[in-house]
Order: sequence, then structure tokens, then C-alpha cells
Amino acid sequence: MRSAYGNALVELGRARKDVVVLSADVSSSDFSYMFEQSFPDRFFNVGIAEPALVDAAVGLANGGFVPIANTFAFLFATRALEMVRTHLCFGKANVKLAGAYAGLSDSFDGPTHHSITDLAILRSLPGMTVVVPADPLAVTRLLPQVAAWDGPVFFRLCRNEVPQIFTADYQPEIGKGITLVEGDDATIIACGVLVARSLQAAEALRLEDIHARVVEIHTIKPFDADLVTRCAQETGAIVTAEEHSIIGGLGGAVAECLAAAHPAPLERVGLADTFAECGPYADLLDKYGMSVEAIADAVRRVLKRKVSTLACKDRSEEVQNA
Amino acid sequence: MAGVSGKLYHYGARHSEEMIRDLSQRAYEYRAHVLRMIYERKSGHIGGAFSVAEILTALYFHQLRLNPENPEWKDRDRLVFSKGHACAMLYTVLAHRGYFPIEELGTFRALNSRLQGHPEPAKTPGVEVVAGPLGHGVAIGAGMALAARLESSRRNIYVVLGDGELNSGVIWEGLMLGAKFGLDNLKVIVDYNGVQQTGSTRQVMPTEPIADKWAAFNWHVIEIHGHNMAEILDALDYADEIHGRPVVIIARTTKGKGVSFMENAPQWHGGIPSAEQFESALAELQDGAKQWQG
Repeated sequence: MRSAYGNALVELGRARKDVVVLSADVSSSDFSYMFEQSFPDRFFNVGIAEPALVDAAVGLANGGFVPIANTFAFLFATRALEMVRTHLCFGKANVKLAGAYAGLSDSFDGPTHHSITDLAILRSLPGMTVVVPADPLAVTRLLPQVAAWDGPVFFRLCRNEVPQIFTADYQPEIGKGITLVEGDDATIIACGVLVARSLQAAEALRLEDIHARVVEIHTIKPFDADLVTRCAQETGAIVTAEEHSIIGGLGGAVAECLAAAHPAPLERVGLADTFAECGPYADLLDKYGMSVEAIADAVRRVLKRKVSTLACKDRSEEVQNA
Repeated sequence: MAGVSGKLYHYGARHSEEMIRDLSQRAYEYRAHVLRMIYERKSGHIGGAFSVAEILTALYFHQLRLNPENPEWKDRDRLVFSKGHACAMLYTVLAHRGYFPIEELGTFRALNSRLQGHPEPAKTPGVEVVAGPLGHGVAIGAGMALAARLESSRRNIYVVLGDGELNSGVIWEGLMLGAKFGLDNLKVIVDYNGVQQTGSTRQVMPTEPIADKWAAFNWHVIEIHGHNMAEILDALDYADEIHGRPVVIIARTTKGKGVSFMENAPQWHGGIPSAEQFESALAELQDGAKQWQG
């Protein structure tokens, strides 16, 4: 996903002269160095200083530029968070945050570098927009929209090579979820790298005659509550899948939506409120509950709860009719 | 407080005795405004507002190239008021500079007021950035200075810091930024009043030798007496002569300046005067203004 990001950034720099890129000395990690090579005058390495990274971007935005600040995702959500809250969210500074190495994707560097609470933290801030591309094409298609968006955006990026799941007709739009696979038994709502795994899980479940709908929510905020509510109404059971803690991220957003609009059984796939460890990326995802099988299991579990919920509803209707 | 002049001495004007006298007097009159605002609203920060009075008066009525008729004018000089808690003085000066009616100062910190407890550009004309959490000014100013350079604009970026916020790490990140990029359009004024919320800066977190620290970060350092209008005006002019490096003006000031019982007393960081204290403080400030009358 990194080279897709680097290329998309260069493309953006070519299309928009008002885009500037700042980096907290990680440009060789997140491939923003590609922008530096093409547009050295519009690239600023601020050193390993994430608070100053965000504040300097605020200053550039004040001058009418569209700054894209780059560092590891967890640092925006932790070390530089006060700057993000005060100036981007409260102060409405038009700064874009490209959070690299999100989720467990910096797998061998371990839990100090993993970013498993960023969605929860940044989603809770008024005025913040949170976008999670799922494959290289999604990065290419979404980055120009991120730059054009009015207000701050957190763009969450994976470090590693990830499967290309979308084809040329993929046209994401910030704020709108996408139904990738139709199905009526349950809905898997996924973001980022777990979209690919959710598609695989849905395929595996079809062998059991379970027809799971798969929906991509690439924008965690503003949240497409209409689509999620419709999925709850039409399929009656929801599974969320995200490379993040099960607390407060996509699963949290979906839970809030269901509770408010259309309660339905919900199973959340993600890290179970725990830090991970170091290791190969795919193995880490598997070990910490985000395997294809774990998603499929979550669907089986939620279907059992759906059946008992329906049975309860039938019984209560019988009682009322008696 | 009718009769307080908002006369402008345009950028580059000679520092005549009359100009120095008038601006010095007005700094006292603005203090009296701030005193009344905070006394009437029973909320706000007097000490740091009084210490920065001459600095803001010099900036807004001489140095800054602004257009209150068009607050968004692209090439306006920027003023980052980093010590946001002292915004009662910023609002007073902005009102007199024509950004909003002077009567509006009476709504300071009230519900539905445009004059929020800490600066908020979306609400208050003339305010450039949000401030309150301390330490942001230098790094934000560096970003503004980079923006000006990218556009080949001759606008200057001024940052007003308190000395207490020099405790904050991001300040020093900002210093490194300014030096790395040689931002000579970035000028920082430190309102070095020596007192922060719970005591003297010497006790709370020693920052001396402060001039050496900025110099070691490759900034050009100017030290002045921060209540001496002539020194402030000269330092601001001199800062424009420095090329290739950012400039810091370390202005030695007195917290609570102008009211004897408030001077250097940490309790007046955020203290609210009683009726008697208000009357006696007002009398002292009026005397302070009178000493500058021609």
C-alpha cells in the first residue's frame, strides 16, 4: 500500500500546487519521499517531532495551503493528539493526517509501533473525518478526495503489500459505504485490510449455505448510518471486522448506530482489548482474532443469536396475540 | 472608557517622541479596559494581560500590516497569540484597532459572546489561531512563515509567547524548525514576566539563561525592557534587518504591571479583584496613563 500512497501523493502534487507535504522523518517508511523527490520545495522534514509536525501544518493551512502531515498512525492519535484536537478539530485547520503503519502492519516492530486505538481516539473528536482505504486502488481513488475535503481528515494507511481487491470500476466516495457482496443472512461490515478477509469469509460461508452480505465502510466518520441501518433491517445480524481494538472503532460506530436506529445482534472482530506482539503480519492478524476463520465464526455466532432473537420476538407476539 | 485613541502609526513610521508617549499612555488605558472586563465578568487573567500591554500596543498600532476591513487579506502580517489566557488584552487591542465594537468587550467570556475565554478565530475577527493549551506558537508560526515563503509574500509572522509556556517541549521543537529553515520572516516576542500560575518561573521550572538557550538554537536574540515603548519599537524594526535566521525578542516584563499589589504576585495570574481592589487598581492605572500625558 506504501507505493500506491507515494504514487498517489506525487499525482496529487502534480494536480494541485497548493498541496504541501510534511514528515516527521519517516518519509522512507511511508514512501512520502516520492513526493519529496518530485516537489522538494513543497516537502518539509520537521524531524522526529510529531507535535511540531501538526502545528507547522496548522501554520501552512493558515496560509491557504493543503498540508498533508505524515507520521506513524499511533503518533497522531497519541503524542500529537492535543495539537490535532485543539487546532484541527476545534480550530478547523484544514490539515490532512496520513497515518502510516496502522493496525498491526508494522508487525515486526511490535506493540510500541502498532496502532490499534487510533480509530476510536480520532473518531471521537468533533469535526474529524476518518478514512480507511482497503487496497492500493482505494488509496489512489481516495487520496484526492481527502485533499479536497473541507476540514481535517485522518487517512489510515497499511504498511504492507495487501491484496488488490477492487477493480477499475471501484468509485468510493467519502462518507458512503459500499455493498461489495449481496446476502440476506447477515452483514459483515469491514474496513481496511480486513475487507479482503471478510470477502474470503463470505465465500467460505457460502459453502455452508450462509449468505453473508459484505459492506465496506471506508469512512468511519462521517458514518454511513443509513446503509448500516438498512443492513440491520434487511439481514438482522451484523459482524464488524477491523484491524483495531474492538472498542470504539468501526465496531463501536456500528454498535452506536444499531443501538440508536435498529438493534440487532452484533459480533465485533478485532483485537480483544489487548496489545499484540511482534511477528509476521498475516500471522499476527490470525493470532489476534482477525483471521478469515474468525470472521466466519463471528457470522456463525451472530446467526445463532439472530435465531434466538427472532424466536423471542415470535414468542412475545404470540403472548400479545393470545 | 471613552476617549481612548485607536490612532495608527503606520509601519515604517519614525518613532517620534509623541508616538512613544501616546502608545505608552494607551497601553495603560488598555490595561484599565482589561481590568474592567475581568472585574465585571468575574473571570479572566489579569497578570499576563498587563505584562503584554506595551508589546501588543506596539504591534497592533504600528508594526503589523493589517486591514480590519478585510481581516482575511492574504498578505496581512500574522500575529500568533500563543499565551491565549491573556486574551483580554488581545481583544481590547483588536477592538481599538477596529475589528469589532469596543462596547463588545463587555461581553467577554459571557454565554453567546464572540469574545471567548480563549482565542477562537471562528468567532472573533482578527484572531489568527486558537490558543489556550500552551506551547503551540512557535511551531505554528514556523508553518505560517513557510507558507509566506512559498508564496514569496513579504508578510511577517509574529508570535507572542509567555515565559511559562517555555516549559513545554513543543516550543523547542518549534525553535529547531525556525532555525532549520532559516525563517527570517518569523519573529517571536517572549513576554518574560517571570511568574507563572503557582509561583515564579525560577521556582516552578528555571528557564535561565534564556537568551543563551535561544542563541544556542541558532536564533538571533534581542533583549529589551518590555514596558519601554521605545525599546519595543526599535527591537521590532531591528528584527526586520536580520536575514537568514529567525529572531526572538526577549522582553523583560512585570506580571500585573501597573498595579502595585498585582505586580509579581502569582495570585493575580487568574485572580478576580474585589470592589475595593478594583477601585484602587483603576486609580493606579489612571495615574499610570497620566504620567504619559503631554
